[in-house]
Amino acid sequence: MQGFASEFSSALALIVAGDPELWAIVLLSLQVSVFAVLISAVIGMPVGAALAVARFPGRRVLIVLMNALMGFPPVVVGLLVYLMLSRSGPLGVLELLYTPTAMIIAQVVLVTPIIAALTRQVVEMLAEEYSEQLRSLGVSRLASVPVLLWDARLALVTALLAGFGRAIAEVGAVIIVGGNINHVTRVMTTTIALETSKGNLALALALGAILIGIAIAVNAMVSTLSLRAEQEGLRHA
Amino acid sequence: MRDLLPDMPGGLGVRDLWLARKGKMLLDVPELCLDGPGPTLILGPNGAGKSLLLRCLHGLIAPDRGRVTQGGEPLNDTHKARQAMVFQQPVLLRRSVAANLDFVLRRQSLPRVTRKARMAELLAEGGLDGKARQSARSLSGGEAQRLAILRALALEPETLFLDEPTSALDPGATQAIEQMVLRASARGVRIVMVTHDIGQARRLAADIVMMQGGHVVEHGAAKQVLDAPNSPASRRYLAGGLVT
Repeated sequence: MQGFASEFSSALALIVAGDPELWAIVLLSLQVSVFAVLISAVIGMPVGAALAVARFPGRRVLIVLMNALMGFPPVVVGLLVYLMLSRSGPLGVLELLYTPTAMIIAQVVLVTPIIAALTRQVVEMLAEEYSEQLRSLGVSRLASVPVLLWDARLALVTALLAGFGRAIAEVGAVIIVGGNINHVTRVMTTTIALETSKGNLALALALGAILIGIAIAVNAMVSTLSLRAEQEGLRHA
Repeated sequence: MRDLLPDMPGGLGVRDLWLARKGKMLLDVPELCLDGPGPTLILGPNGAGKSLLLRCLHGLIAPDRGRVTQGGEPLNDTHKARQAMVFQQPVLLRRSVAANLDFVLRRQSLPRVTRKARMAELLAEGGLDGKARQSARSLSGGEAQRLAILRALALEPETLFLDEPTSALDPGATQAIEQMVLRASARGVRIVMVTHDIGQARRLAADIVMMQGGHVVEHGAAKQVLDAPNSPASRRYLAGGLVT
Protein backbone atom coordinates (compact mmCIF):
# COMPACT_ATOMS: atom_id res chain seq x y z
CA MET A 1 0.00 0.00 0.00
CA GLN A 2 2.89 2.27 0.90
CA GLY A 3 4.53 1.54 -2.46
CA PHE A 4 1.29 2.38 -4.22
CA ALA A 5 1.06 5.72 -2.42
CA SER A 6 4.68 6.50 -3.15
CA GLU A 7 4.15 5.79 -6.89
CA PHE A 8 1.21 8.19 -6.83
CA SER A 9 3.21 10.91 -5.16
CA SER A 10 6.07 10.39 -7.62
CA ALA A 11 3.57 10.66 -10.48
CA LEU A 12 2.17 13.88 -9.05
CA ALA A 13 5.70 15.23 -8.65
CA LEU A 14 6.41 14.52 -12.33
CA ILE A 15 3.33 16.45 -13.39
CA VAL A 16 3.84 19.38 -11.04
CA ALA A 17 7.58 19.67 -11.71
CA GLY A 18 6.86 19.86 -15.46
CA ASP A 19 9.02 16.84 -16.30
CA PRO A 20 10.23 17.55 -19.86
CA GLU A 21 9.95 13.92 -21.01
CA LEU A 22 6.41 13.60 -19.70
CA TRP A 23 5.21 16.85 -21.27
CA ALA A 24 6.95 16.07 -24.58
CA ILE A 25 4.93 12.84 -24.73
CA VAL A 26 1.71 14.71 -23.87
CA LEU A 27 2.45 17.35 -26.52
CA LEU A 28 3.13 14.74 -29.21
CA SER A 29 -0.08 12.90 -28.30
CA LEU A 30 -2.09 16.09 -28.60
CA GLN A 31 -0.41 17.07 -31.89
CA VAL A 32 -1.07 13.67 -33.47
CA SER A 33 -4.68 13.46 -32.32
CA VAL A 34 -5.59 17.08 -33.13
CA PHE A 35 -4.14 16.74 -36.65
CA ALA A 36 -5.92 13.43 -37.13
CA VAL A 37 -9.26 14.88 -36.00
CA LEU A 38 -8.88 17.95 -38.24
CA ILE A 39 -8.13 15.78 -41.28
CA SER A 40 -11.01 13.45 -40.36
CA ALA A 41 -13.34 16.45 -40.08
CA VAL A 42 -12.37 17.70 -43.53
CA ILE A 43 -13.13 14.26 -44.99
CA GLY A 44 -15.89 13.03 -42.68
CA MET A 45 -18.15 16.06 -42.41
CA PRO A 46 -18.83 16.58 -46.13
CA VAL A 47 -19.19 12.81 -46.61
CA GLY A 48 -21.64 12.57 -43.70
CA ALA A 49 -23.59 15.61 -44.87
CA ALA A 50 -23.71 14.33 -48.46
CA LEU A 51 -25.02 10.96 -47.25
CA ALA A 52 -27.64 12.80 -45.21
CA VAL A 53 -29.09 14.85 -48.08
CA ALA A 54 -28.30 12.88 -51.24
CA ARG A 55 -30.52 10.09 -52.49
CA PHE A 56 -28.88 7.44 -54.67
CA PRO A 57 -28.90 3.65 -55.04
CA GLY A 58 -26.67 1.99 -52.46
CA ARG A 59 -26.96 4.85 -49.97
CA ARG A 60 -28.28 2.59 -47.21
CA VAL A 61 -25.43 0.13 -47.80
CA LEU A 62 -22.90 2.95 -47.47
CA ILE A 63 -24.51 4.11 -44.23
CA VAL A 64 -24.41 0.59 -42.78
CA LEU A 65 -20.78 0.25 -43.87
CA MET A 66 -19.87 3.58 -42.31
CA ASN A 67 -21.60 2.69 -39.06
CA ALA A 68 -19.79 -0.66 -39.05
CA LEU A 69 -16.45 1.09 -39.55
CA MET A 70 -17.06 3.02 -36.32
CA GLY A 71 -16.51 -0.19 -34.42
CA PHE A 72 -13.54 -1.38 -36.49
CA PRO A 73 -10.88 -2.95 -34.19
CA PRO A 74 -7.97 -0.49 -33.88
CA VAL A 75 -5.34 -3.24 -34.08
CA VAL A 76 -6.76 -4.34 -37.43
CA VAL A 77 -6.65 -0.73 -38.66
CA GLY A 78 -3.07 -0.56 -37.41
CA LEU A 79 -2.22 -3.75 -39.25
CA LEU A 80 -3.79 -2.54 -42.53
CA VAL A 81 -2.03 0.84 -42.33
CA TYR A 82 1.20 -0.99 -41.48
CA LEU A 83 0.83 -3.16 -44.60
CA MET A 84 0.18 -0.06 -46.73
CA LEU A 85 3.19 1.83 -45.35
CA SER A 86 5.68 -1.05 -44.99
CA ARG A 87 8.59 -1.20 -47.42
CA SER A 88 6.84 -3.74 -49.61
CA GLY A 89 3.48 -1.97 -49.35
CA PRO A 90 1.98 0.37 -51.99
CA LEU A 91 2.96 3.46 -49.98
CA GLY A 92 6.30 2.07 -48.73
CA VAL A 93 8.22 4.48 -50.94
CA LEU A 94 7.02 7.37 -48.75
CA GLU A 95 8.95 5.89 -45.78
CA LEU A 96 6.29 6.94 -43.30
CA LEU A 97 6.31 3.86 -41.11
CA TYR A 98 7.33 4.57 -37.48
CA THR A 99 6.75 8.30 -37.85
CA PRO A 100 4.09 10.53 -36.27
CA THR A 101 2.58 10.86 -39.79
CA ALA A 102 1.87 7.12 -39.83
CA MET A 103 0.17 7.47 -36.47
CA ILE A 104 -1.93 10.35 -37.80
CA ILE A 105 -2.93 8.21 -40.82
CA ALA A 106 -4.01 5.35 -38.55
CA GLN A 107 -6.03 7.68 -36.34
CA VAL A 108 -7.63 9.32 -39.39
CA VAL A 109 -8.78 5.88 -40.55
CA LEU A 110 -10.25 5.22 -37.11
CA VAL A 111 -11.83 8.63 -36.49
CA THR A 112 -13.22 9.52 -39.95
CA PRO A 113 -16.06 6.97 -39.81
CA ILE A 114 -17.06 8.26 -36.36
CA ILE A 115 -17.20 11.89 -37.50
CA ALA A 116 -18.91 10.97 -40.80
CA ALA A 117 -21.53 8.80 -39.10
CA LEU A 118 -22.31 11.35 -36.38
CA THR A 119 -22.45 14.13 -38.99
CA ARG A 120 -24.82 12.05 -41.09
CA GLN A 121 -27.14 11.47 -38.14
CA VAL A 122 -27.17 15.11 -37.05
CA VAL A 123 -27.53 16.57 -40.54
CA GLU A 124 -30.18 14.04 -41.57
CA MET A 125 -32.29 14.95 -38.55
CA LEU A 126 -31.94 18.65 -39.29
CA ALA A 127 -32.55 18.12 -43.02
CA GLU A 128 -35.83 16.42 -42.17
CA GLU A 129 -36.91 19.55 -40.35
CA TYR A 130 -35.52 22.04 -42.87
CA SER A 131 -36.16 20.20 -46.12
CA GLU A 132 -39.51 21.67 -47.19
CA GLN A 133 -38.67 25.13 -45.90
CA LEU A 134 -35.36 25.28 -47.75
CA ARG A 135 -36.95 24.01 -50.95
CA SER A 136 -39.65 26.63 -50.54
CA LEU A 137 -36.95 29.28 -50.23
CA GLY A 138 -35.41 28.03 -53.47
CA VAL A 139 -32.38 26.36 -51.88
CA SER A 140 -31.23 23.33 -53.88
CA ARG A 141 -30.25 20.03 -52.24
CA LEU A 142 -26.56 20.74 -52.84
CA ALA A 143 -26.80 24.33 -51.58
CA SER A 144 -28.56 23.09 -48.45
CA VAL A 145 -25.41 21.22 -47.28
CA PRO A 146 -23.50 24.28 -45.96
CA VAL A 147 -26.71 25.66 -44.44
CA LEU A 148 -27.30 22.40 -42.58
CA LEU A 149 -23.66 22.06 -41.50
CA TRP A 150 -23.66 25.60 -40.12
CA ASP A 151 -26.96 25.22 -38.30
CA ALA A 152 -25.83 21.89 -36.83
CA ARG A 153 -22.53 23.41 -35.69
CA LEU A 154 -22.98 22.74 -31.97
CA ALA A 155 -23.79 19.08 -32.49
CA LEU A 156 -20.93 18.80 -35.00
CA VAL A 157 -18.41 20.12 -32.49
CA THR A 158 -19.66 17.31 -30.25
CA ALA A 159 -18.90 14.86 -33.07
CA LEU A 160 -15.38 16.31 -33.35
CA LEU A 161 -14.83 15.93 -29.62
CA ALA A 162 -16.09 12.35 -29.73
CA GLY A 163 -13.56 11.70 -32.51
CA PHE A 164 -10.81 13.35 -30.48
CA GLY A 165 -11.71 11.21 -27.48
CA ARG A 166 -11.32 8.09 -29.57
CA ALA A 167 -8.03 9.28 -31.11
CA ILE A 168 -6.26 10.37 -27.93
CA ALA A 169 -7.17 7.16 -26.07
CA GLU A 170 -6.16 4.85 -28.93
CA VAL A 171 -3.23 2.48 -28.42
CA GLY A 172 -3.49 -0.59 -30.66
CA ALA A 173 -3.11 1.05 -34.06
CA VAL A 174 -0.52 3.68 -33.13
CA ILE A 175 1.79 1.19 -31.45
CA ILE A 176 1.84 -0.93 -34.63
CA VAL A 177 2.47 1.91 -37.11
CA GLY A 178 4.40 4.20 -34.72
CA GLY A 179 6.61 1.60 -33.10
CA ASN A 180 6.65 3.45 -29.74
CA ILE A 181 10.10 4.95 -30.43
CA ASN A 182 11.41 7.15 -27.64
CA HIS A 183 11.28 10.91 -28.46
CA VAL A 184 9.84 10.12 -31.91
CA THR A 185 6.56 8.24 -31.78
CA ARG A 186 5.98 7.64 -28.11
CA VAL A 187 2.54 8.94 -27.10
CA MET A 188 0.65 8.76 -23.83
CA THR A 189 -1.13 5.46 -24.36
CA THR A 190 1.85 3.58 -25.78
CA THR A 191 4.12 4.95 -23.04
CA ILE A 192 1.71 3.82 -20.35
CA ALA A 193 1.73 0.30 -21.82
CA LEU A 194 5.52 0.23 -22.07
CA GLU A 195 6.38 1.82 -18.72
CA THR A 196 3.91 -0.39 -16.87
CA SER A 197 5.56 -3.49 -18.32
CA LYS A 198 8.94 -2.08 -17.25
CA GLY A 199 7.66 -1.41 -13.73
CA ASN A 200 8.08 2.38 -14.05
CA LEU A 201 4.67 3.07 -12.58
CA ALA A 202 5.25 6.74 -11.71
CA LEU A 203 5.51 7.87 -15.35
CA ALA A 204 2.66 5.56 -16.38
CA LEU A 205 0.45 6.89 -13.60
CA ALA A 206 1.32 10.51 -14.38
CA LEU A 207 0.39 10.01 -18.04
CA GLY A 208 -2.72 8.08 -17.02
CA ALA A 209 -3.82 10.96 -14.81
CA ILE A 210 -3.31 13.45 -17.63
CA LEU A 211 -5.19 11.18 -20.05
CA ILE A 212 -8.09 10.88 -17.61
CA GLY A 213 -8.04 14.66 -17.18
CA ILE A 214 -8.25 15.11 -20.95
CA ALA A 215 -11.07 12.54 -21.16
CA ILE A 216 -13.03 14.33 -18.43
CA ALA A 217 -12.47 17.72 -20.06
CA VAL A 218 -13.59 16.39 -23.46
CA ASN A 219 -16.67 14.76 -21.94
CA ALA A 220 -17.54 17.91 -20.03
CA MET A 221 -17.34 19.87 -23.27
CA VAL A 222 -19.46 17.25 -25.06
CA SER A 223 -22.09 17.42 -22.30
CA THR A 224 -22.19 21.20 -22.31
CA LEU A 225 -22.47 21.38 -26.09
CA SER A 226 -25.05 18.57 -26.18
CA LEU A 227 -27.15 20.46 -23.69
CA ARG A 228 -26.88 23.63 -25.73
CA ALA A 229 -27.71 21.74 -28.92
CA GLU A 230 -30.78 20.26 -27.24
CA GLN A 231 -31.80 23.66 -26.03
CA GLU A 232 -31.52 24.82 -29.61
CA GLY A 233 -33.91 22.02 -30.50
CA LEU A 234 -31.42 19.66 -32.05
CA ARG A 235 -30.88 16.36 -30.34
CA HIS A 236 -28.02 14.31 -31.62
CA ALA A 237 -27.60 10.62 -31.15
CA MET B 1 -69.78 24.49 -56.85
CA ARG B 2 -68.72 27.73 -58.48
CA ASP B 3 -68.50 27.78 -62.24
CA LEU B 4 -65.01 26.73 -63.30
CA LEU B 5 -62.96 29.69 -64.29
CA PRO B 6 -60.66 29.82 -67.27
CA ASP B 7 -56.98 30.43 -66.50
CA MET B 8 -56.38 34.13 -66.21
CA PRO B 9 -52.97 35.75 -66.72
CA GLY B 10 -51.18 35.19 -63.43
CA GLY B 11 -53.91 32.88 -62.19
CA LEU B 12 -52.98 29.76 -60.28
CA GLY B 13 -54.79 26.69 -61.52
CA VAL B 14 -55.10 22.98 -61.19
CA ARG B 15 -56.06 20.51 -63.90
CA ASP B 16 -57.00 16.87 -63.26
CA LEU B 17 -54.91 16.76 -60.11
CA TRP B 18 -54.65 13.29 -58.59
CA LEU B 19 -52.49 12.21 -55.69
CA ALA B 20 -52.54 8.84 -53.96
CA ARG B 21 -50.31 7.08 -51.44
CA LYS B 22 -50.36 3.34 -50.70
CA GLY B 23 -53.40 2.94 -52.91
CA LYS B 24 -55.41 5.58 -51.07
CA MET B 25 -56.65 8.64 -52.92
CA LEU B 26 -55.56 11.79 -51.13
CA LEU B 27 -56.38 14.46 -53.69
CA ASP B 28 -58.73 14.42 -56.63
CA VAL B 29 -59.26 17.91 -58.01
CA PRO B 30 -60.39 17.98 -61.65
CA GLU B 31 -60.16 21.75 -61.95
CA LEU B 32 -59.55 24.76 -59.76
CA CYS B 33 -58.59 28.32 -60.59
CA LEU B 34 -57.43 30.81 -57.99
CA ASP B 35 -57.43 34.17 -59.67
CA GLY B 36 -59.39 36.46 -57.36
CA PRO B 37 -57.83 39.69 -56.12
CA GLY B 38 -58.18 38.99 -52.39
CA PRO B 39 -57.07 36.21 -50.06
CA THR B 40 -58.20 32.69 -50.87
CA LEU B 41 -58.84 30.55 -47.80
CA ILE B 42 -58.93 26.77 -48.01
CA LEU B 43 -61.30 25.42 -45.40
CA GLY B 44 -62.20 21.90 -44.39
CA PRO B 45 -61.86 19.21 -41.75
CA ASN B 46 -58.67 17.32 -40.85
CA GLY B 47 -57.58 15.00 -43.62
CA ALA B 48 -59.51 16.91 -46.25
CA GLY B 49 -56.32 17.42 -48.28
CA LYS B 50 -55.93 21.15 -47.67
CA SER B 51 -52.22 21.10 -46.82
CA LEU B 52 -51.51 18.61 -49.61
CA LEU B 53 -53.24 20.86 -52.12
CA LEU B 54 -51.14 23.79 -50.87
CA ARG B 55 -47.93 21.78 -51.28
CA CYS B 56 -48.95 20.75 -54.80
CA LEU B 57 -49.69 24.38 -55.70
CA HIS B 58 -46.23 25.36 -54.41
CA GLY B 59 -44.53 22.49 -56.21
CA LEU B 60 -43.31 20.78 -53.03
CA ILE B 61 -45.26 17.64 -53.93
CA ALA B 62 -45.58 16.41 -57.48
CA PRO B 63 -49.04 14.97 -58.16
CA ASP B 64 -49.32 11.46 -59.58
CA ARG B 65 -51.46 12.82 -62.38
CA GLY B 66 -52.54 16.22 -63.62
CA ARG B 67 -50.73 19.48 -63.24
CA VAL B 68 -50.59 22.81 -61.52
CA THR B 69 -50.62 25.82 -63.80
CA GLN B 70 -49.66 29.43 -63.45
CA GLY B 71 -51.14 31.76 -66.04
CA GLY B 72 -52.03 28.72 -68.12
CA GLU B 73 -48.46 27.35 -68.17
CA PRO B 74 -47.34 24.29 -66.21
CA LEU B 75 -45.76 25.39 -62.94
CA ASN B 76 -42.02 25.78 -63.47
CA ASP B 77 -38.99 26.94 -61.46
CA THR B 78 -39.50 30.57 -62.49
CA HIS B 79 -43.05 30.45 -61.15
CA LYS B 80 -41.90 28.71 -57.98
CA ALA B 81 -39.29 31.40 -57.39
CA ARG B 82 -42.14 33.91 -57.23
CA GLN B 83 -43.94 31.92 -54.56
CA ALA B 84 -43.26 31.52 -50.84
CA MET B 85 -44.73 29.36 -48.14
CA VAL B 86 -45.19 29.57 -44.38
CA PHE B 87 -45.75 26.32 -42.53
CA GLN B 88 -47.96 25.44 -39.58
CA GLN B 89 -44.87 25.03 -37.38
CA PRO B 90 -42.47 27.82 -38.30
CA VAL B 91 -39.14 26.39 -39.42
CA LEU B 92 -36.53 28.92 -38.37
CA LEU B 93 -32.81 28.65 -38.94
CA ARG B 94 -30.73 28.26 -35.76
CA ARG B 95 -29.51 31.81 -36.10
CA SER B 96 -30.57 35.26 -35.00
CA VAL B 97 -33.79 36.92 -36.16
CA ALA B 98 -31.80 39.22 -38.47
CA ALA B 99 -29.76 36.31 -39.86
CA ASN B 100 -32.96 34.47 -40.77
CA LEU B 101 -34.04 37.44 -42.88
CA ASP B 102 -30.55 38.07 -44.20
CA PHE B 103 -30.40 34.46 -45.41
CA VAL B 104 -33.15 35.25 -47.91
CA LEU B 105 -32.04 38.79 -48.73
CA ARG B 106 -28.50 37.63 -49.54
CA ARG B 107 -29.86 35.11 -52.00
CA GLN B 108 -31.38 38.00 -53.95
CA SER B 109 -27.92 39.50 -54.50
CA LEU B 110 -29.05 42.88 -53.20
CA PRO B 111 -26.43 45.54 -52.42
CA ARG B 112 -25.56 45.75 -48.73
CA VAL B 113 -27.27 49.13 -48.25
CA THR B 114 -30.49 47.93 -49.86
CA ARG B 115 -30.36 44.76 -47.82
CA LYS B 116 -30.00 46.72 -44.61
CA ALA B 117 -32.90 49.02 -45.48
CA ARG B 118 -35.08 46.08 -46.49
CA MET B 119 -34.22 44.29 -43.25
CA ALA B 120 -35.29 47.33 -41.20
CA GLU B 121 -38.56 47.53 -43.16
CA LEU B 122 -39.29 43.87 -42.60
CA LEU B 123 -38.49 43.95 -38.88
CA ALA B 124 -40.78 46.96 -38.47
CA GLU B 125 -43.51 45.25 -40.49
CA GLY B 126 -43.45 42.26 -38.13
CA GLY B 127 -42.99 44.28 -34.94
CA LEU B 128 -39.64 42.59 -34.31
CA ASP B 129 -37.49 45.75 -34.42
CA GLY B 130 -36.00 45.22 -30.97
CA LYS B 131 -35.29 41.54 -31.48
CA ALA B 132 -32.97 41.54 -34.49
CA ARG B 133 -30.02 40.09 -32.55
CA GLN B 134 -32.06 37.62 -30.53
CA SER B 135 -31.86 33.93 -31.36
CA ALA B 136 -34.82 33.02 -33.59
CA ARG B 137 -35.32 29.85 -31.57
CA SER B 138 -36.01 31.86 -28.42
CA LEU B 139 -38.96 33.76 -29.89
CA SER B 140 -42.51 33.14 -28.69
CA GLY B 141 -44.85 31.17 -30.96
CA GLY B 142 -46.45 34.31 -32.36
CA GLU B 143 -43.13 36.07 -32.92
CA ALA B 144 -41.65 32.97 -34.57
CA GLN B 145 -44.57 32.77 -36.97
CA ARG B 146 -44.30 36.51 -37.72
CA LEU B 147 -40.61 36.01 -38.49
CA ALA B 148 -41.47 33.07 -40.77
CA ILE B 149 -43.94 35.31 -42.63
CA LEU B 150 -41.42 38.15 -42.85
CA ARG B 151 -38.81 35.78 -44.28
CA ALA B 152 -41.33 34.61 -46.87
CA LEU B 153 -42.19 38.23 -47.69
CA ALA B 154 -38.48 39.02 -48.03
CA LEU B 155 -38.62 36.94 -51.21
CA GLU B 156 -41.12 39.49 -52.55
CA PRO B 157 -43.42 36.71 -53.70
CA GLU B 158 -46.36 37.09 -56.04
CA THR B 159 -48.08 34.27 -54.17
CA LEU B 160 -47.81 33.52 -50.47
CA PHE B 161 -49.06 30.16 -49.21
CA LEU B 162 -49.82 29.87 -45.51
CA ASP B 163 -50.58 26.49 -43.96
CA GLU B 164 -52.62 27.06 -40.79
CA PRO B 165 -50.19 29.71 -39.54
CA THR B 166 -52.29 30.60 -36.49
CA SER B 167 -53.46 27.15 -35.39
CA ALA B 168 -51.29 27.17 -32.24
CA LEU B 169 -51.57 30.86 -31.42
CA ASP B 170 -53.61 32.90 -28.94
CA PRO B 171 -56.12 35.50 -30.20
CA GLY B 172 -53.68 38.41 -29.88
CA ALA B 173 -50.92 36.65 -31.83
CA THR B 174 -53.52 35.47 -34.37
CA GLN B 175 -54.72 39.02 -34.88
CA ALA B 176 -51.16 40.23 -35.51
CA ILE B 177 -50.66 37.53 -38.15
CA GLU B 178 -54.00 38.31 -39.78
CA GLN B 179 -53.06 42.00 -40.00
CA MET B 180 -49.78 41.06 -41.71
CA VAL B 181 -51.65 38.83 -44.16
CA LEU B 182 -54.16 41.57 -44.97
CA ARG B 183 -51.39 44.15 -45.46
CA ALA B 184 -49.53 41.78 -47.79
CA SER B 185 -52.73 41.16 -49.73
CA ALA B 186 -53.35 44.90 -49.99
CA ARG B 187 -49.83 45.26 -51.48
CA GLY B 188 -50.83 42.80 -54.21
CA VAL B 189 -49.46 39.53 -52.86
CA ARG B 190 -51.81 36.69 -53.76
CA ILE B 191 -52.64 34.94 -50.48
CA VAL B 192 -53.63 31.27 -50.38
CA MET B 193 -54.14 30.16 -46.79
CA VAL B 194 -55.31 26.98 -45.13
CA THR B 195 -57.38 27.26 -41.96
CA HIS B 196 -59.83 25.36 -39.79
CA ASP B 197 -61.12 28.55 -38.29
CA ILE B 198 -64.42 29.67 -39.79
CA GLY B 199 -64.17 33.02 -38.01
CA GLN B 200 -60.75 33.59 -39.58
CA ALA B 201 -62.16 32.72 -43.00
CA ARG B 202 -64.91 35.28 -42.44
CA ARG B 203 -62.36 37.93 -41.41
CA LEU B 204 -59.85 37.36 -44.21
CA ALA B 205 -61.25 35.55 -47.20
CA ALA B 206 -62.29 37.05 -50.51
CA ASP B 207 -63.00 33.55 -51.78
CA ILE B 208 -63.14 30.17 -50.10
CA VAL B 209 -62.20 26.71 -51.30
CA MET B 210 -64.09 24.13 -49.24
CA MET B 211 -62.52 20.68 -49.18
CA GLN B 212 -63.55 17.28 -47.94
CA GLY B 213 -62.04 13.84 -48.46
CA GLY B 214 -59.51 15.05 -51.01
CA HIS B 215 -62.12 16.81 -53.15
CA VAL B 216 -62.94 20.46 -53.61
CA VAL B 217 -66.60 20.45 -52.72
CA GLU B 218 -67.19 24.14 -53.19
CA HIS B 219 -65.31 27.22 -54.37
CA GLY B 220 -66.84 30.64 -54.39
CA ALA B 221 -66.96 34.12 -52.94
CA ALA B 222 -66.47 34.04 -49.18
CA LYS B 223 -69.86 35.55 -48.36
CA GLN B 224 -71.69 33.11 -50.56
CA VAL B 225 -69.84 30.02 -49.26
CA LEU B 226 -70.13 31.05 -45.61
CA ASP B 227 -73.71 32.35 -45.66
CA ALA B 228 -75.34 30.19 -48.32
CA PRO B 229 -73.17 27.15 -49.01
CA ASN B 230 -74.21 24.99 -51.91
CA SER B 231 -72.77 21.65 -50.91
CA PRO B 232 -74.14 19.55 -48.04
CA ALA B 233 -70.52 18.95 -46.80
CA SER B 234 -69.95 22.72 -46.56
CA ARG B 235 -73.24 23.20 -44.73
CA ARG B 236 -72.34 20.47 -42.23
CA TYR B 237 -68.82 21.84 -41.67
CA LEU B 238 -70.04 25.39 -41.20
CA ALA B 239 -72.81 24.21 -38.90
CA GLY B 240 -70.15 22.56 -36.75
CA GLY B 241 -71.42 19.07 -37.50
CA LEU B 242 -69.14 16.08 -37.92
CA VAL B 243 -67.83 15.75 -41.45
CA THR B 244 -66.14 12.51 -42.42
